[in-house]
Amino acid sequence: VTRPPQPDQRSDAEPPGLPGFRTWRRVYLFVFGWFVLVVVLLAAFTRIFS
Amino acid sequence: VNLADWVVLLGTMIGIAAYGSWRTRHTRSLNTYLKGSQSAGWGTIGLSVMATQASAITFLSIPGQGFESGIGFVQNYFGLPLALIIVCAVFLPMYRRLAVYTSYEFLGRRFDRKTRLLGAGLFLLQRGLSAGVTIYAPAIILSTVLGWRLDVIVVFTGLLVIVYTVTGGSEAVSLTQKWQMAVIFGGMVTALAVLLAKLPEGLGFTGAAHVAGALGKLQAVDFSLDASRRYTLWSGLLGGLFLSLSYFGTDQSQVQRYIGGASLREGRLGLMFNAVLKIPMQFVILLLGALLFVFYQFERPPVFFNQSEWQRHARGADGATFLALEGRYAAAAADTQQAIRAWLDARSAANAAVESAARAAMVEANHRADAVRSEAKAALRAADPRTKTKDSDYVFITFILTKLPHGAIGLLVAVMFAAALSSKSAELNALATTTTIDFWRHFRPLAAADEARNVRVAKRFTALWGMFAVAFALFAGFAENLIEAINILGSIFYGVVLGIFLVAFFIRYVGGSAVFFAAVAAQTLVIVMFFSLNIGYLWYNLIGCAACILFSVLLQAVLGRGAGDHEGRTA
Repeated sequence: VTRPPQPDQRSDAEPPGLPGFRTWRRVYLFVFGWFVLVVVLLAAFTRIFS
Repeated sequence: VNLADWVVLLGTMIGIAAYGSWRTRHTRSLNTYLKGSQSAGWGTIGLSVMATQASAITFLSIPGQGFESGIGFVQNYFGLPLALIIVCAVFLPMYRRLAVYTSYEFLGRRFDRKTRLLGAGLFLLQRGLSAGVTIYAPAIILSTVLGWRLDVIVVFTGLLVIVYTVTGGSEAVSLTQKWQMAVIFGGMVTALAVLLAKLPEGLGFTGAAHVAGALGKLQAVDFSLDASRRYTLWSGLLGGLFLSLSYFGTDQSQVQRYIGGASLREGRLGLMFNAVLKIPMQFVILLLGALLFVFYQFERPPVFFNQSEWQRHARGADGATFLALEGRYAAAAADTQQAIRAWLDARSAANAAVESAARAAMVEANHRADAVRSEAKAALRAADPRTKTKDSDYVFITFILTKLPHGAIGLLVAVMFAAALSSKSAELNALATTTTIDFWRHFRPLAAADEARNVRVAKRFTALWGMFAVAFALFAGFAENLIEAINILGSIFYGVVLGIFLVAFFIRYVGGSAVFFAAVAAQTLVIVMFFSLNIGYLWYNLIGCAACILFSVLLQAVLGRGAGDHEGRTA
């Protein structure tokens, strides 16, 4: 008999479990900040070598 | 390619496929077969998402793109981290909460049966047709440069991927993708190390980067608002966001990679892993192409990198023209090399006026060499109008075959095959899952209770889609235009599908009937625009999505605001 897949009971409240990140909002902010840093570094790379 | 290369190539390819099949041979649960291991952690999920996106063409074409046009293409990925944050925060929790097998199942729960079938149908049409292309496109390049038979490559890769994907389903796909990514990372690092070691003595990475930059290959970010420019920060952010949101959030081949796993946390971290690493990874692959460009300024480069095509014409009736072009290009390349050395000397002398003049002379010499290359391509076209004159896909593989030591050649060819297999297996897995869950099981609700039968049916659909892909790839040579049409087809459908999902997630009062007819109208509009206007087809992602959302809201207003809340929930 097919057992229907069980819905994930753990909700958004489940913490990221990463040191320094208590909420997912902080993880997203970190990733966004990383993205901005990468773009800034790429712009600096362009400026240095072009 | 010698014995050492064959051992590395076949050892890695067959070894990974056999390991994947053996480890997952006892998969009986439908949930594991379609969604992968219930204990998969974020590393497995993250690598699986990355491997699904990286096809063989990524590793053949992107270094060529860096060689030909520079690293500006990296901007195309700027929307990806933002899209993945949205997928993590909105799409993934909903998919897990509803415990769906496919993203289209979610449409059925949110709207109704017809909208679910529309979404699933568009996916099968688009992915099903492109299934053969993902085998054919790298196979044609590898068969050209390696001299192997095209049909043998297609059948070998096709059968290999069918065997382990049918055996272990989604679990086998994720497991093999992890090892295939290890081969890909190992191979690319090896190629980069060999390339840096082979740069002229005293030049080093910094010197090579300065040469590439001076010749216009290192403009990573372009802030220009000029819409005619192909890659800018703004087009990358806007277009890239819509494309990535559509691909990662709604395309079953990606959704299937992250909806399984041990928990919501693991899926989210797997996606964030990609959000952090994807742009740096693409940057390194493009930079490799730009460094190849510098390398070939000091080595005599071929005038046309698809040498088998070039030699075919050079040995033909009009061979003298081609030999003359080769001679002129050799002279122009030697002039460029001399001009680069003069510029490097002027830079180290720190004389601004001399350096500026030397730089102008170097750029001019490079333009002259480029002009001869363009003439060579025009001569090829004149000799045979069907000749494909885009040779940038052959740059990296030419470097691999002519400059890498044996063993490493086998590893790098294995990178191409590993990438082809990893994206193909995820594609077959997604096609089979959608066919089983959204069509077969949907129309046979009683059969859904028999788990063993469900797994058997999913296996059969995997094999069928695999055989369809192989058959298509074998006959694709007769239909080159069809392949291009299929690639365009993707962009035509992606926008509307994303529109349906955005309405589902963010405009709660819109119901199934409104969104279904809005999607049909938006798709018709996009198709009419495609045949009557001349705009870049990437824009149809944005147009299709916007039209679908707008029409949905308008139609719902006509149908009555309360109607949406009472529809659906049953499909």
